[in-house]
Amino acid sequence: MKVLMTGNEAIARGAYEGGVNFAAAYPGTPSTEIIENLSKYKDEVQVEWAVNEKVAMDTAIGASIAGGRSLAAMKMVGVNVAADPLFTYAYMGVNGGFVFVSADDPGMYSSQNEQDNRYYAEFAKIAMLEPSSSQECKDMARAAFEISEKYNTPVMIRTTTRVNHGKSMVELGDRVEAELKPYDRKMGLARFDAIPAVSRRLRVELEDRLSKLREFSETCEFNFVEWNTDEIGIITSGVAYVYAKEVFGNKASYLKLGFTHPLPMNKIRDFAGKVKTLYVIEELEPYLERHLREAGIECIGKEKLPSIGELLPEIIAEKLLGRKNETIEFNREKLVPRPPTLCAGCPHRGFFYEIGKIKNIMIASDIGCYSLGGSAPLYAKDTCVCMGASAGTGHGAQRIFDLKGEGTRVVAVMGDSTFFHTGLNGVLNAIYNKSNLITCVLDNRTTAMTGHQDHPGTGFTASGDVTQEVSIEDVVRAFGCNNVRTINPHHLNEVRDAIKWALELDEPSVIVARYPCAVKKYTEADLKEFGPLTQKCYVDEEKCIGCKRCTKTGCPAIHFKPAKKKSSINEAMCVGCTVCAQVCPVKAIMVKE
Amino acid sequence: MGVVNILLVGVGGQGTVLASNVLSRGLSEAGYNVKMSEIHGMSQRGGSVFTQVRFGKEEVYSPVIEKGKVDYLVAFEKMEALRYLDMLKPDGKVIVNDEELPSAPIQAGLAEYPEGILEELRAHADTTVIPATEIARELGNERVMNIVLFGALAKLLKLDDIDWKDVIARTVKAKFVDINLKAFDRGQELVV
Repeated sequence: MKVLMTGNEAIARGAYEGGVNFAAAYPGTPSTEIIENLSKYKDEVQVEWAVNEKVAMDTAIGASIAGGRSLAAMKMVGVNVAADPLFTYAYMGVNGGFVFVSADDPGMYSSQNEQDNRYYAEFAKIAMLEPSSSQECKDMARAAFEISEKYNTPVMIRTTTRVNHGKSMVELGDRVEAELKPYDRKMGLARFDAIPAVSRRLRVELEDRLSKLREFSETCEFNFVEWNTDEIGIITSGVAYVYAKEVFGNKASYLKLGFTHPLPMNKIRDFAGKVKTLYVIEELEPYLERHLREAGIECIGKEKLPSIGELLPEIIAEKLLGRKNETIEFNREKLVPRPPTLCAGCPHRGFFYEIGKIKNIMIASDIGCYSLGGSAPLYAKDTCVCMGASAGTGHGAQRIFDLKGEGTRVVAVMGDSTFFHTGLNGVLNAIYNKSNLITCVLDNRTTAMTGHQDHPGTGFTASGDVTQEVSIEDVVRAFGCNNVRTINPHHLNEVRDAIKWALELDEPSVIVARYPCAVKKYTEADLKEFGPLTQKCYVDEEKCIGCKRCTKTGCPAIHFKPAKKKSSINEAMCVGCTVCAQVCPVKAIMVKE
Repeated sequence: MGVVNILLVGVGGQGTVLASNVLSRGLSEAGYNVKMSEIHGMSQRGGSVFTQVRFGKEEVYSPVIEKGKVDYLVAFEKMEALRYLDMLKPDGKVIVNDEELPSAPIQAGLAEYPEGILEELRAHADTTVIPATEIARELGNERVMNIVLFGALAKLLKLDDIDWKDVIARTVKAKFVDINLKAFDRGQELVV
């Protein structure tokens, strides 16, 4: 049976067919839907949201050591978090097949950098597969477990946004029921206990494993030639393969590489020797090209093609063939940008509106919807480095501001899911080191940015089962911080009071702004605690003085019409949070039930 | 027929993804080769969004359409139609919802919603303007605007081998089937 699937659905399907027993991930675009789709098979596969990527990697490694087939999935920056266990597990080899997905994001549609994680395979000395289509996502995810077990290696499936979120046809297969492998304590001591004496031996075995993988790469079905002509040869991998086919069609021959670490250097040399002009077409870094050059193989690659941003078919056509499509020329000056915004009724808005007014502070923020707090008109953010960095960077900055003696205070801002990810380490560190850091956890009761996944604070697991709900307030109290306040961020006076209170303390403090995401499906507990949002706000035009104060909240439901010098509210969008009504100086914004 | 390229554009939350799901499902079930590409994540929060669908009887390689190769540009919002106009083939067709959604700088009074967008579109391309939001509101649910536009697109595609109503009925939630089928009919009627 053939069905239309995204790459992420296909990876989930392939892992299922490949006999995966356990899978864990932390949500991150463009990888999130892998675990969401795997939870469809929860009778056969245990599926979990881990608190962060390292823990996802740790748990999948543990499952593999104990003899199960396991999968971890993450976006590319998540691999940075998870790299520590990965590099050592590469030494150990595997027991049950071990596979992880690195979903890269060229063009940074939803990421803070565009690192090319193919280098991780080389760095960690593990096998790598790079699918180009949904069918290959399925086939490779399925095959990866066998490759892992046969060659005793972790396997990385490296995808990119267009592969993860692109849809194409997939032929489905049946699940392989792999026997759970035996495990005993002797095996643990011999292979899975990375003390120096063991690791020195494993280090040698690792190189032996790599040379076997090199041989396998030469015959692997995922590395194949499509011969058309000896005029132009193209070596390519990942989504760049389908782009190259789009542009060159049958006017070139292809060496399509799907198993890209270790590379099949004999196959590459052989192909290169048969064509007059050799192009290496790859997205982001010159990973393939560098290996060719090291082997003394002449090719044309990044001297013509960009290494920055997405590689699109039109870029290949222009840079390699000098072909540019005719396009419609029109007056672009009319266009007004449409940047993403916090949704109408977003509980972050009230917090950012108030904190943005405070002078002589630095706002160290984090990764999540609240990253938008720095945009116009709120401008309530200074920094955003990576998941969980807010309290750590905030504390370090506070130390230097203290040296400067200008009274600057630092506010660390993170979401609830980010708090449990790695944010809490920074908070603990600040408390331990006697900082006066003000930590604000914007607790919208979900992992919102990636599409509402559960986490330890929500009380539900990835498969929807009820579990122990962890209280952020209790956690920070257990860390030794007694300056803890929970506020409703839709009530601006509460926000103002809490900020003032925290600024007057010379001790660490934590403000938890607790209110559910406006576009999330409320749980029964949410409805009980917060009630349904049934109000709507509207502008009484008689009273509106056109001061535009309400527009400073950045609510997308509010529209100031310059011709009339009045604001209006889009009733379909408004959820009645009343933040605009609270900022209106003449009470022109009214609430109806 | 060659590979047909369709670009659906709009504002996050307008339902471009559902429309493209109906489209790609109908096409794939009818045996066409289909590839689709969309972007999720940060860009969806009220920002400009797009979905690309490519199909044909022959093999389709790239999920992404080259600039200047779009056959049908379906815009759920006027300004977004203009934003992506350079993706259109010079003889491509535009279907545009006659709706203005102000973006953040406009809402804040820092810029004006541009005038004369429809004129600009018509000056450059074969443009069909459809009051899809208004029609959807008349039908009783503004959200079915996406299927009104889809009905218009389906009429232009002239794929008589696909029973789109059957596909819609199997794709949307049971309680919304009737209103979506009405929306589809209204969209079809608006294209000659």
